[in-house]
Amino acid sequence: MSAKQETVEDLVKAGYEYGFVSEVKSDTLPPGLNEDTIRFISGKKNEPGWMLDYRLKAFEYWKQMKEPDWAHLRYDPIDFQDISYFSAPKKAGEGPQSLDEVDPELLATYEKLGIPLEEQKALAGVAVDAVFDSVSVATTFRKQLADAGVIFCSISEAVHDYPELIQKYLGSVVPHTDNFFAALNAAVFSDGTFVYIPEGVRCPMELSTYFRINEAKTGQFERTLIVAEKDSQVSYLEGCTAPMRDENQLHAAVVELIAMEDAKIKYSTVQNWYPGDENGVGGIYNFVTKRGDCRGDRAHISWTQVETGSAITWKYPSCILQGDDAVGEFYSVAVTRGYQQADTGTKMYHIGKNTRSTIVSKGISAAHGQNAYRGLVRMGTKAENARNHTQCDSLLIGDQCGAHTFPYIEVRNPTAKVEHEATTSKISEDQLFYCRQRGLKEEDAVSMIVNGFCKEVFNELPMEFAVEARKLLNVTLEGAVG
Amino acid sequence: MLSIKNLHVNVDGKEILKGLNLEIGKGEVHAIMGPNGSGKSTLSYVLSGRDGYEVTQGEVIFEGRNLLEMAPEERAWAGIFLAMQYPVELPGINNMSFLRESLNAIRKARGEEELDAVAFMKLIREKAASVKLDDKLLKRSVNAGFSGGEKKRNEILQMALLEPRLAILDETDSGLDIDALRIVSEGVNLLRNPEHAIIMITHYQRLLDYIQPDFVHVLADGRIIRSGGKDLALELEDKGYGWVLEENAA
Repeated sequence: MSAKQETVEDLVKAGYEYGFVSEVKSDTLPPGLNEDTIRFISGKKNEPGWMLDYRLKAFEYWKQMKEPDWAHLRYDPIDFQDISYFSAPKKAGEGPQSLDEVDPELLATYEKLGIPLEEQKALAGVAVDAVFDSVSVATTFRKQLADAGVIFCSISEAVHDYPELIQKYLGSVVPHTDNFFAALNAAVFSDGTFVYIPEGVRCPMELSTYFRINEAKTGQFERTLIVAEKDSQVSYLEGCTAPMRDENQLHAAVVELIAMEDAKIKYSTVQNWYPGDENGVGGIYNFVTKRGDCRGDRAHISWTQVETGSAITWKYPSCILQGDDAVGEFYSVAVTRGYQQADTGTKMYHIGKNTRSTIVSKGISAAHGQNAYRGLVRMGTKAENARNHTQCDSLLIGDQCGAHTFPYIEVRNPTAKVEHEATTSKISEDQLFYCRQRGLKEEDAVSMIVNGFCKEVFNELPMEFAVEARKLLNVTLEGAVG
Repeated sequence: MLSIKNLHVNVDGKEILKGLNLEIGKGEVHAIMGPNGSGKSTLSYVLSGRDGYEVTQGEVIFEGRNLLEMAPEERAWAGIFLAMQYPVELPGINNMSFLRESLNAIRKARGEEELDAVAFMKLIREKAASVKLDDKLLKRSVNAGFSGGEKKRNEILQMALLEPRLAILDETDSGLDIDALRIVSEGVNLLRNPEHAIIMITHYQRLLDYIQPDFVHVLADGRIIRSGGKDLALELEDKGYGWVLEENAA
C-alpha cells in the first residue's frame, strides 16, 4: 500500500511541474479522495489544463456540499474516502480465467436471457483475447457513422479531438454545482460517451454502448454527453439486460442531452447492475443525474428506462423545455425485489410556450422491495398553454414490499394544464387463480400480468430492446410470488 | 367421470361442506341448486383447486385421478373448467393473447401441438361468432371494463375454446338479461356431447329452461339433501326450498 502511495505522490509532484502528466506507472489508486487524486486521474488521461481545472473546481465545490438525505432510501453512510477513484481496465490474466470460475448463478441468468457465450465471458469479466463479432460490427458501424458526419466516441477521446465542443457543452446542462453526486462525477469521472449529430443529420443507426463493452470499461463515474444540432435525430441505447459484474459499489453517472431546434433525442436505458444477495448485501449504489435540455423550438427529448438492478437507485431523468413547442417524455419501469430500493422519477421544467410533457411511470415492488416515484412538473410564468400528463402506476407483489409516490406540481401560468393520474394495485390471488384455472403456470401468469402492466413503457423501447426487456423482467421476477 | 365421496371442507376454520356425495357420469348435465350460504361456490372452488379451502375428509376422483392432489393448472390440463361467478379483470393483458396462451398451455401439457397465430385466429373468430361475442372484445384487456353480460359471455367463449371434459358453471346466469341468457345457454348446449359433463350451479329455474339438466340436486348446509330429475327444479321454483329443508329435517 505504501509503495503505491508514493507513486501517487510522485505523480502529483510531477503534475505540479508540468501541468499534466503523460506517463504514469501505477494503474490503480488506493482508496481516498483529495486534490491529488483528481490530478492523478486527469494526468492518467493526459488531459489538457482546462479539463483539470474543471475537475478541480468541481471538487472544491463538492467539498462544501452535503450528501442529500431527502430520498426515500435507507442505506449506511458512504465513506467517500474509502473508495478507489481510478482503476485501469483489466488486462488479460487478471479476473476469472474461464467461465468455470464465474458464479454459476450469474451464468444461469445469462443462459435464461439467451446471451451468446463470447458475450457472457465479456460480461462476467473473463479475459477474452479473440476479437469477437460485436467489435468488428462496431468497426463497420464506425465507418457508416463517420460518413454521416456523426461523432461517436469516448469522452476521453473527445476531450482531445473535439475540445471546443466539450468546452462548450460539458456541464452546460448539469453544472458541477447541480448536486452532490453530479459534483463528485465532474471531479472524478472516469470515462463515458460523446455523441454529436450535425445539423440536418438523422443518425443512420441506433447508437449503443453495448457495442463498446469490450473496447473500454467505463467504470463507476460515467459521463455521457449527446448534442443534437438543428433538425437532427438520434436514438441512443444505454446498458444491457445482462447483469454486469462490477467490483465498484458506488456509481455516480451524469448524462447530458442537448437538443437544438427541431432536433430529437431518444435515450433508452436498461439497467441491471448487481442488486445484492437475498439479504441485500453487496449491491451497487446507483446515483445518477440525467438531464436533457430542449434548447430550440420544437426540440424533443424522450427518456425511456427499465431499471431492474442496483441495491439503491437514485435517478430522475429530466427535461428542460426551453424552446416553444418543445416536447419532453419520460417512460419508466422500475422493479425492486429482494431488499432493493429505488427512488426514481423525473422533472419537467416547462419554460417555452406550448411545451408538452408526458410521464408514464410503472413501479413494481416484490419481496422487501421499496419503490418510490418522485416527480416534479413546473410550469413557468411564460409557459403559455403548456401541458403535462402524468400517469403513475404501482404494482405490488406480496405483502412485504412498498410503493410510494411523491408528485410535486408547480404552476405559475394560468393557461397551463397539468394532469396527474396514479394507481396502486396488487397482483391478486383472484387474478392468479383465474390464470391458473385457465391452464397457465403461476410464474407464467405473473409474468403475463407484469408485462401487461408495463406495456405502455415497453412500447417506447426500440423493438429489439423491448424483447430483451420483457425477458429480463421475467427472469427478475422469477419466484417472486409464493 | 367424477366421484365425490363424503367431502368435508373448512374455510377459515369453519366447516362449509359436511359430507357431500356426488357421482357424475360422462355426457351428463347436473344442476346444483340451494339457498345462499349452502356451500355451492365452495364446491366449485374445491373442485378447481383454489387455495384456502381445506379438505378435512373425503375424496374426489376425476377420471381415475385423485383431484385433490393436483394444482389448479394441472386440473385445467386434465379438462376441468370453472366459469366464474365474478370473472376477474386482467388489465393490460389482451384478451386474444390470453386465450391463446391458455389454449396453448393446455395443449402443450397434453402433448399436443401448439396453435400458431394464424390457426388460432381462425379458431377464435369461429368460436366468438358461436357465442355472439363482438370481435372488439377480443382486442381489449381481459374482462377490463366489460359489462356483466360481456364478462359471462367471455367465460363461455373460453369454455367453447378449451372444450373442457368437465365444465363447472358457477351462477353463470346471475345478472344476465334474457337475451344474454339465451346466448350463454346456446354456448353451453354446444358443449353438450356424450364425452363432456357439465355442473351448473344456479339459484333459478330460469336457466334450466334453456339448458335441460339430467339431474337436479339440492345442496343445503353442506350436503346434498335431495336429488331428482328436472321436475325437482320445477317443484323448487314453485314451492321454494323450505319444504325440502323441512322434509330433510324430519
